[in-house]
Amino acid sequence: METTIVNNNFKSEEYFINMGPQHPATHGVLRLLLTIDGEIIKKVEPDLGYIHRSIEKMCERDSYQQIVHLTDRMDYLSSHINNEAVCLTVENALELEVPDRVKVIRTIIGELTRIASHTLWWGVMGMDVGALTTYFYGFRDREMINDIFEETCGARLTMNYNIPGGLMHDVHPNFVKRVKEFITHFRIKLPEYDRLLTGNVIFQKRTKGVGVLTREDAISFGASGPVGRGSNYSCDVRKHHPYSAIDKVTFNEAIKTEGDCFARYQVRIQEMWESMSIIEQLIDKIPEGDYQVPTNAVIKLPKGEFYQKVETARGELGVYIISTGTKNPYRMKFRSPGLSNLSLLNHISIGGKIGDLVATMATLDLVIPDIDR
Amino acid sequence: MNIPLSIANNIHNWLLNIMPAMAVGIIEMALIALAYLTLFAVLGLYLVLMERKVAAWFQLRIGPNRVGFHGLLQTMADALKLVSKELTGTVKADKFLYNLAPYFVIISSLMALAVFPFTKDLQAFDINIGIFFLIAISSVGVIGILLGGWSSNNKFALIGAMRSGVQTISYELSIGLSLLTMILITGSLQLSEIIEVQKNGWLIVQGHIPAIIAFMIYMIAGTAETNRAPFDMVEAESELGAGFHTEYSGMKFAYFFLAEFINMFIIAAIATTVFFGGWLSPFGITQSIPWLGVFWFLAKTFVLVFLMMWFRWTFPRLRVDQLLTLEWKYLLPINLVNIVIMAVIVWLNFTIQF
Repeated sequence: METTIVNNNFKSEEYFINMGPQHPATHGVLRLLLTIDGEIIKKVEPDLGYIHRSIEKMCERDSYQQIVHLTDRMDYLSSHINNEAVCLTVENALELEVPDRVKVIRTIIGELTRIASHTLWWGVMGMDVGALTTYFYGFRDREMINDIFEETCGARLTMNYNIPGGLMHDVHPNFVKRVKEFITHFRIKLPEYDRLLTGNVIFQKRTKGVGVLTREDAISFGASGPVGRGSNYSCDVRKHHPYSAIDKVTFNEAIKTEGDCFARYQVRIQEMWESMSIIEQLIDKIPEGDYQVPTNAVIKLPKGEFYQKVETARGELGVYIISTGTKNPYRMKFRSPGLSNLSLLNHISIGGKIGDLVATMATLDLVIPDIDR
Repeated sequence: MNIPLSIANNIHNWLLNIMPAMAVGIIEMALIALAYLTLFAVLGLYLVLMERKVAAWFQLRIGPNRVGFHGLLQTMADALKLVSKELTGTVKADKFLYNLAPYFVIISSLMALAVFPFTKDLQAFDINIGIFFLIAISSVGVIGILLGGWSSNNKFALIGAMRSGVQTISYELSIGLSLLTMILITGSLQLSEIIEVQKNGWLIVQGHIPAIIAFMIYMIAGTAETNRAPFDMVEAESELGAGFHTEYSGMKFAYFFLAEFINMFIIAAIATTVFFGGWLSPFGITQSIPWLGVFWFLAKTFVLVFLMMWFRWTFPRLRVDQLLTLEWKYLLPINLVNIVIMAVIVWLNFTIQF
């Protein structure tokens, strides 16, 4: 496919560079076409499609049980939550009530996923502004969560734990003990994050007032997750449309008003605290009971349109299914948080420097397969 | 007791017995050059190893530990690998300048190394304008970086080179002025004399407050001058990929990196000489054994090198405009005021001497 820059009238001082598709700061295969005057960004045009695998089209081919396993390949850092989104949609369509045990376990694992995603993001954020050491600290803590996941469902990245009707199998006997160990560990380590990066004067200089997104723009661009909440836009799906066991716990929606990179950073740090508190509220109260309800071997959804949204680590993931009553969807559409968050990159980067673009991109927390489905 | 010098004298006398004086001179110069080249290579390799070990320590990792005892031969193996690699380049690069650039960088570092007094007797070249020579020669390296970035015919390399030019030239000023502050106390540009003056107390003690300010400015500017984090605008791997050396491969790439590490050593060595008494031992505890000066010199230098590595592995990177703001709006004015304060202190004889 030929890429053309439409209506890009260069001035004589301006030039154009490719950032990506294999640039260290794009964290994957995102290609940005930058129009630059010296170091000042004049225009950012994302060019997508380098990792497109037509997941939505493949969903039309597959049964509902199979679809679940495609979704964790999208946002692979929130794979548990992605799986949960599809399962919830199917369960809603079937009007299937899953046991409380399933709901609580799903919520705990979802929050663990969020912490794991945010720790990785924190490491990468530091790396993008030049502090490589953060990367290893983030990975140290994420490793413990990955170990818990590995013990629970055998996978460390692309989980296949949620199925329509419940969970693939029950949690490992060590689960509660190891989650508690992790929380104890992370309560000591999270303040270390602040000491290393948050309080650093250079880091604050690099992020405060950079990539400012106003509340109006956040809403009109469809920003969600920490990006929206950094701009004083209350958009937490867990608060507004609770699902699973999230209505059984109390937590604060992390919101900042500044809308700059530092605000988005702080939102994610605070979310890690909130996630820990959610897990602590639930971990001793996992109800006894079944871990799944029996479903037909071939699930057929009733005719109609079904939509369910969840809050992934990056924002609002919507799953939209049009069913004609057969064993696979007629049309399936994901509303991914990454795509709408990427759409505002040009808007907030213009006038900044290349270094600012990198910092801004890091705080959008893009996962490219989530955008390029 | 003067072991290195007596060996040198013995060799000198032996050579004079078997050949004419001019040939002896030439051979001795060649030997000294060879010794310095060896020092340069070994120092570069082991600073790389040190950096990797320090980074590993900061980052909860082990670091190189397979090749040789505790990984001591790791960088040797790396150098061998780099030598064996193909030297690739871009088709439309300006070949002559492209190939020339690494030598500018490496030669400027090598020349700077020549004037350091490792001890009283171990100094290749004791000129009376030592500090001036160091400042002058260290600005040559930037030409190599600019040439490399320009001739690579790569936009990322070009941005890297331009950033480097702007950065190195700006921070040269601060380095020069902060060293000038100390020259006011010593009254000499000659490195050996600067050290002699410090027998009554290291200059950082003699000059107390303005000296400490000068030292802090010097370390900040020195870190910037060597293009190291938090001022590694030149490579800025998350922004520019690799910066000015994007298109360099194999040994040419290694030259740039070797020079960067040697520059770090040079910056630390200048600081040792000018602020911390060079090869002088603390309170003269090993004054009777002069050749231990090498130990003190290297010990002090490596503490400062470690400090610069500490910066690198904990700080984020500044943005290019913030970097220039720091230099022109903060360091330079502070520096100018500091010189005046130091002049007044020297004039009124407020320096601390033991």
